[in-house]
Amino acid sequence: MTTISDPQQESFRLSMLLNDTRYRSLTFQAIALLVLIVSFAYLGNNLISNLRAAGLNISFEFLGSPAGYDINQTLIDYNSQSTNARAAMVGIINTLLVAFLACVTATVLGVLAGVLRLSNNWLVRKLMSFYVEIFRNIPVLIWIIIIFTIMTAVLPGPRDFRGDDATASMVLGSFAFTNRGIYVPAPIWGAGSGIVVAIFVASIAGVFAYRRYATKLLYDTGRLLPMFWPSVAILLLPTIVAFYLLGRPIGLDYPELKGFNFAGGIKIGGPLIALWFALSIYTGAFIAENVRAGIQSVSKGQTEAASALGLRPGRVMNLVVLPQALRVIIPPLISQYLNITKNSSLAIAVGYADITATLGGITLNQTGRAIECVLLLMLFYLTISLSISAIMNVYNNSMKLKER
Amino acid sequence: MRKTVLFGALTVAGLAASAAAAGTLDDVKARGKLNCGVTTGLAGFAAPDANGEWNGFDVDVCRAVAAAVLGDPKAVEFVPTTGKTRFTALASGEIDMLARNTTWTFSRDVDLKFDFVGVNYYDGQGFLVPKELGVTSAKELDGATVCIQTGTTTELNLADFFRANNISYEPVPIETNAEGQQQYLAGACDTYTTDASGLAATRATFEDPSAHALLPEIISKEPLGPLVRHGDNEWGDLVRWTLNALIAAEEYGVTSTNIAELSAGTNNPEINRLLGTEGNLGEMLGLSADWAKNAIMAGGNYGEIFAKNIGEATPIGLARGLNAQWTNGGLLYSPPFR
Repeated sequence: MTTISDPQQESFRLSMLLNDTRYRSLTFQAIALLVLIVSFAYLGNNLISNLRAAGLNISFEFLGSPAGYDINQTLIDYNSQSTNARAAMVGIINTLLVAFLACVTATVLGVLAGVLRLSNNWLVRKLMSFYVEIFRNIPVLIWIIIIFTIMTAVLPGPRDFRGDDATASMVLGSFAFTNRGIYVPAPIWGAGSGIVVAIFVASIAGVFAYRRYATKLLYDTGRLLPMFWPSVAILLLPTIVAFYLLGRPIGLDYPELKGFNFAGGIKIGGPLIALWFALSIYTGAFIAENVRAGIQSVSKGQTEAASALGLRPGRVMNLVVLPQALRVIIPPLISQYLNITKNSSLAIAVGYADITATLGGITLNQTGRAIECVLLLMLFYLTISLSISAIMNVYNNSMKLKER
Repeated sequence: MRKTVLFGALTVAGLAASAAAAGTLDDVKARGKLNCGVTTGLAGFAAPDANGEWNGFDVDVCRAVAAAVLGDPKAVEFVPTTGKTRFTALASGEIDMLARNTTWTFSRDVDLKFDFVGVNYYDGQGFLVPKELGVTSAKELDGATVCIQTGTTTELNLADFFRANNISYEPVPIETNAEGQQQYLAGACDTYTTDASGLAATRATFEDPSAHALLPEIISKEPLGPLVRHGDNEWGDLVRWTLNALIAAEEYGVTSTNIAELSAGTNNPEINRLLGTEGNLGEMLGLSADWAKNAIMAGGNYGEIFAKNIGEATPIGLARGLNAQWTNGGLLYSPPFR
């Protein structure tokens, strides 16, 4: 007679760590962890003892001492008496600024080029593959330098705007394109301008509300409301009316030639433009390929089915193909955003004051604290890259195929 | 895995630090070559010519040291360094000495653990402007865009000068002299600032040097000199006294042309000790008796090196000024060879 009973409780023996498959993997992982910890401890100890032997130490006190140098583009208050930590902060903000701008324009460029690469028009298709191949296959540093060099060599200097025989003049009397950057009028916020801004923000919310209502109406009744012109009207009309009713509270501060440079207005520096533009077109070429791959991954049957339902080509793309393609596009897109952020460290080539140029450049040089500065730089890029990944992963999850 | 990269970088730094501790003189002798850090190219001070041969004022200091140690002025490996990489290169042992118009400052000497062995050029920071700008003084530069080499003392001097005079400016940081020259000539900056000697050297390479002027203000003291790592005093002494030998040779009238004759013996005991015919100074340094003779023969004495590379007869056209011998009202003063 056989009875099914629970297996006999085996007593645990040490040899089971190796012989029993239940424990073996744990054993090896524990050993690997131990080896890892020991080697880190050895490397860290080696560093510290060598530094001590060379009479050096690791200290972050320099962050609190005055930086002593000036920075040409600062979005926060900064002067040469500010601390090194403040200079690093200026650099961080500049890095984030150029990374954000480049991510936005690279995405727009990439999606456009990617979609147009699949166009039925031979010329458009070839032009786009020309764009992709040219920009993808030349290092981004060279693009940055080429664009910056062309900007400084071709655009006129502020001196050329001066005098009666000026060789250059301002566009529309308010925009100055110089080899040091582009000067645009800056808004002056007068009394009551807050109301205008508030109305504008409310209008943006209104546009979203209208579009949501139109979609709901479409799904409920099948009636299609016009989208574009009502959106534009809701966005602009109330703001314009309020602007004139309140007696034009927002004025413009035009750039003006004063002394050596233009004064007034907002200056968008040459280095920022060169870096932004180069990163955008370079990464845009990669994104275009991602977009093309994504679109081609959607089976042709989908397009044909959508057309059979009577959708116009634009709608087929927007409503059927792109939403499915996004699932293929987003993961590599995250890498491209990370690339933009990291490639922005090439800023020093054109004198843009990003974190690598301030903390990793001038501060490192003036204080000689190379290890500390490089550690901080690594920490910064790691944090930013992981944050971008985290945010984009949330977006990716929301776009994933939802099985119901 | 990210941590692995981080600690890998730390190890490299750690290993580099340990390599620096060995005896440099023995290393150089064993290698048969002196590794000397110079600029990436500054006419007159250190620049390769059409044949790839390095020439210049700083280069001749390297050659003199190589001649003193190895007896061969050609036994030098020139390592081009930027303002940013020079100190790491020296601290890590990649180069044995740095002769790269580097300003002797307190923090570099004390905090960065280097030894400046002397001064081979007394300089100061100046401004180069196009003459058509009509600027005659640096104090008129309010609001100007200033090109400046990053990672140098000039950056701090500039900030101090403009702050002290309560005027504003916009800095354009650049990495190398060539880049600064291009930006300046394109008009992307109104003025270019660095050591006055460097400005003169840069201006000499312009198409039309006479269209550009140096402003009269010298806004800083920039004693430029060769430096070595802290902690290897024998090597530091050797480089220091090689430089002193070049300076003393000019003072005593020892030149590359009459040195053969003088080294047969003279009535001046100071010259005899310098050239090794009397006393045992070379032995004290761990070198042969004719070390200083070799050093002087490499490129001539200090005056000859100056005249050949950056003097008034060259396109650079620098006057001796502060760099004259103390007997002529300058600052060059070698301690006695005794």
